[in-house]
Amino acid sequence: MTAKTKDGKEVFTEQKIYMPQSSAYGRGDKMVYSPFRKSGMLADTSLQPGPALDGISFSIRQGEIFGLLGPNGAGKTTTIRILSGLSRPSSGTAMIIGYDVVRNAVMVKKNIGVVPESSNLYPELTCIDNLIFSGRLYGIGIKKVKNRANELLRLFGLEEKRDVLFGKLSSGMKRKLTVAASLIHDPPVLFLDEPTTGLDVMSARTLREIIQSLKDRGITILLTTHYIEEADRLCDRIAILVKGKIVTIDTPGALKKSVRTEKAVDVRISTYSPFVEKEKGFSKITTALKYEKREEMFRFFIDDLDSFLSEFSSFVKQQGLSIEAIHTVTPSLEDAFVEITGLKREIMIQEKGGSK
Amino acid sequence: MTDALRSAFFIALKDMKSYYFKPPNISWGILFPLVFILAFYLRSPLEFIHLIPGLLSLSLLFSTTSMEAIVITFERMTGALERLMLYPVSVMTILTGKISGGACFGVTVTIVFFLGLIILFPLHIENPLLFLLSVVISSFAFSSLGAFVSVSVKQVFEAQTLANLFRFPMIFLSGVFIPVHSLPSIIKPVAYIMPLTYSIDSIKVSFGYEPQIMHPLLSLIVLSAFTFVFLGLSVKILKGRMS
Repeated sequence: MTAKTKDGKEVFTEQKIYMPQSSAYGRGDKMVYSPFRKSGMLADTSLQPGPALDGISFSIRQGEIFGLLGPNGAGKTTTIRILSGLSRPSSGTAMIIGYDVVRNAVMVKKNIGVVPESSNLYPELTCIDNLIFSGRLYGIGIKKVKNRANELLRLFGLEEKRDVLFGKLSSGMKRKLTVAASLIHDPPVLFLDEPTTGLDVMSARTLREIIQSLKDRGITILLTTHYIEEADRLCDRIAILVKGKIVTIDTPGALKKSVRTEKAVDVRISTYSPFVEKEKGFSKITTALKYEKREEMFRFFIDDLDSFLSEFSSFVKQQGLSIEAIHTVTPSLEDAFVEITGLKREIMIQEKGGSK
Repeated sequence: MTDALRSAFFIALKDMKSYYFKPPNISWGILFPLVFILAFYLRSPLEFIHLIPGLLSLSLLFSTTSMEAIVITFERMTGALERLMLYPVSVMTILTGKISGGACFGVTVTIVFFLGLIILFPLHIENPLLFLLSVVISSFAFSSLGAFVSVSVKQVFEAQTLANLFRFPMIFLSGVFIPVHSLPSIIKPVAYIMPLTYSIDSIKVSFGYEPQIMHPLLSLIVLSAFTFVFLGLSVKILKGRMS
């Protein structure tokens, strides 16, 4: 199966991916994920019927942040569950740093850190005890694990919460400690399943900074998200997943470039009132093909920027208005997502209560 | 093997720290056996001393199975059990840890009851080693029974209800009050498939009573077999349910 963008560009060929040898892990890419299918029930704890994976294939390069972007039910969590050994694929194989996730599950688990969608550490244990417990299960000695736990608490700004029960922390702090627990054994690969879902704006921002710093430390990250802006900001490459299939894989920049858009300019006028457009006659601007109202801005679709700016600046002066802000519109990842998938942006927002 | 046992130990330790004082554990694991003991003392104080071995076994049964209902079912509900599966440990190790935590709880509760009873009544243990072995091995057998019940359901109350389906018939058929040899012959085979029967028999022997079922060492072997069978079944069910 081959996936193509609307302009006919081949973006992804579903076939087994073979990687060249590399010194660090024996492969050029840290993860090789060959086509597999998961059919029947969605593999989650509630065993609700739902869409499953339908033959997806991708590879992740060492040290990159790779995003799986898609609406709920697209198969993002199922993919992480399979890669982390919680579910088995119906067919196909997945390799992480040379280990098969089914046949070498223990070795895979030793080399990955997983942050599930919910912060599910133990509420009855303190922050430090949660980290120590996690470390002990990775076989780390008590002295080393205590040092590492204290180091992580420092790194995540949770030193003061060291002896506080996990259950007493705020959502943002719980999330941070869950990420910290996934790093207790210093894994080269980290899976983050919807890391900022349910967090307030500040906590989400802090967590994104932490994720970026983890990449800077050389950790390879697989991140699932339904927040388009988050994928755009954090990911080196993005796979768009819809109904169990990967529709495309590329860098955020390349995805944006692949979008066919009309030339447009967004303008904010200082003395805007609901009657401005009607009274002042924007429709009379001949260099604008059409215009539309977007929140506090007007978007003018144009052929030629210079002639539009010339006519428009004269127009606003004549009308006694002034231009407060003006900028040309470049395609966003959201535009790319909408064009590639045929889905609406709202579908990503509605499902989890808004984007951040 | 050593790594697996060490991991099981940490899981058991974590469970003990987290769940010993959860309300369902206190009500079903501590208060219920305590009330049972008191009720039978008040009913017939003179015969009570002969019921003590059976009541100690019963206390083991309730405390261990209650603990398992919490450590497994509660953690499945919160997603914490799934978290354990993200670590490089097998389902067998996880359940061994959970069963060990439950067994420790059972032994602790029962020993506390026993110490209280030994102060109040002229109890004499003929064979302390057999008593200790019986208590420990029984607690593992009952804890694995509790694990088997708990992996099969989703909610803590379902686990307690399902556990009662096993626990209550055992109270009447395993020799706590009525000796197994006195049971109608049609019911006797049922008594023989209940782990409580062997637990009571071996604990009674440690108190100086004659064995009613078999030699106490054989009873301990049967209880160990129950442990492994329930553990194996629990692993199989949990693997199926989690994937």
